[in-house]
Amino acid sequence: MPIFNKPAFKGSGEKKRDMPEGLWQKCSGCGEVIHELELKKNLRVCPQCNFHFTLNSQERIESITDPGTFEETEKKIKSVDALEFKGYKDKLIKYQKITGLQEAIVTGRAKIIGHSVVLGVMDFRFLGASMGSVVGEKITRAIELATEEKSAIIIVSASGGARMHEGILSLMQMAKTSGALALLDRAGLPFISVLTHPTTGGVTASFATLGDIILAEPGCMIGFAGPRVIKETTHQDLPDGFQTAEFMHEHGLVDIIVERRELREKLASILGYLLT
Amino acid sequence: MGTKKTPKKKISPKKKYAISSWKRVEIARHPRRPMMLDYVASCFDDFIELHGDRHIGDDGAMPAGLIRVDGIKCVVIGHEKGRGTDEKLKRNFGSAGPEGYRKALRMMKIAEKFKLPVISIIDTPGAYPGVEAEERNIAESIAYNLREMMLLRTQIIAIVIGEGGSGGALGIGVADRVMMMENSYYSVISPEGCAAILWKDRKYAPDAANAMRLDAKNLKRLGIIDRIIREPSKGAHTNPSLASKNLKDSILDGIKELSSVPIDQLLEQRYKKYRAMGEFIG
Repeated sequence: MPIFNKPAFKGSGEKKRDMPEGLWQKCSGCGEVIHELELKKNLRVCPQCNFHFTLNSQERIESITDPGTFEETEKKIKSVDALEFKGYKDKLIKYQKITGLQEAIVTGRAKIIGHSVVLGVMDFRFLGASMGSVVGEKITRAIELATEEKSAIIIVSASGGARMHEGILSLMQMAKTSGALALLDRAGLPFISVLTHPTTGGVTASFATLGDIILAEPGCMIGFAGPRVIKETTHQDLPDGFQTAEFMHEHGLVDIIVERRELREKLASILGYLLT
Repeated sequence: MGTKKTPKKKISPKKKYAISSWKRVEIARHPRRPMMLDYVASCFDDFIELHGDRHIGDDGAMPAGLIRVDGIKCVVIGHEKGRGTDEKLKRNFGSAGPEGYRKALRMMKIAEKFKLPVISIIDTPGAYPGVEAEERNIAESIAYNLREMMLLRTQIIAIVIGEGGSGGALGIGVADRVMMMENSYYSVISPEGCAAILWKDRKYAPDAANAMRLDAKNLKRLGIIDRIIREPSKGAHTNPSLASKNLKDSILDGIKELSSVPIDQLLEQRYKKYRAMGEFIG
């Protein structure tokens, strides 16, 4: 039976991953195939159905700040494998290579239509933008910088939650970042939290939901527990549109759902009210 | 057929310490282990239970109220898992929802107003992952507690007596003194959850438990907790009265230490403690 003796076809996963980025992208919303250039021009929003593709930190910063005003802070801070967690070191190196970033968040000073702000942008490509010691520390330092310079802080979140590989240290970043926000709050300074796809777990349960004002991108996922966990634990049927920005808006967590192309102006006009 | 299966990765087959760390998790979940209300009955006097978050309802998983410890007036909050089916259902197996965290904060504000120390007893597998909980913004209820507890103007002592499950534990766990019973655990995610995500199988939970170093000794070494409370050699359930005596003594020590510190200094120390948590270069 020759069919059983045939050599196994070896599909190489590696090769696929190394392919240059395609010129055409398929929209997960409507299935439309869109040219990369057109997508870029449209801030990675589908022109057909308005589906918002995820942005990396670089693209996000460019899309909301005044050109040339972003000045990165805390570039040198690096993660360590404090628990000697199996495979963690390799993962860090791998994602540093893929993204060209040190960690899952970029922070800095910037201007948004003339308003000076401190800005933090999480990058979901880096280990799901999970929050470990470095992400927590960079957010805390950004909040402290805003407190010190009496400016506003804006954090654009996207995260799978706390980073398991750093165990309890990751959990404590929730307390640390929230504590820094307590001081910012006392100083009477604004924090605008922008939730993007997806914001979940320990990030949702700490700084991301503590914004004076919470904005969200249309259709993005916002939640505490993952939908699968909820289904398995409670055997409940999940309602339509569960844990989307629209769902959270309806349930009072999100102030405004803002389209990506309007985000920059919306931030500026809110800042106009909150900053003296 | 014809395709060769990739050999399954073997994950740390049996390490020397593999049993002990996981064993603590097992003891922490032992069905006869004393729970919050057992300790409330054995360590404290004159418990007046208070109910409700003033908005939605009363969460049975988070009992709270006024108590005396050796005559010292305090506010107690904590997770109760319940014993027996009816009680367990009433207590939702110790998984509190947003109403629980908001009730706990309400009690802490009472403590602040009347200058009473807060005793927070942690024993939860995690905050409740349910549709209603998400609808009422459970994440925000925990986040808000973290922020408010950081600057709460009274002494806070938190003790993990069994399971310290993630955000559900931390949501009442920001404190001047954090203590753990010897056979309790405190973790960013349940060992089962960690194993399922990283190794695609819950059966690796013991490995996950060891990898995350979630037992009291390791957490003390990492500077996350301040004190380990000794238990009878085979676990608190083998001699509950001894366990509760040790717990009571530790709480009294904590109150004594903290009450001599001026409140502004106490808040500064609390903030600095959490500010310093995390390990990195630069």
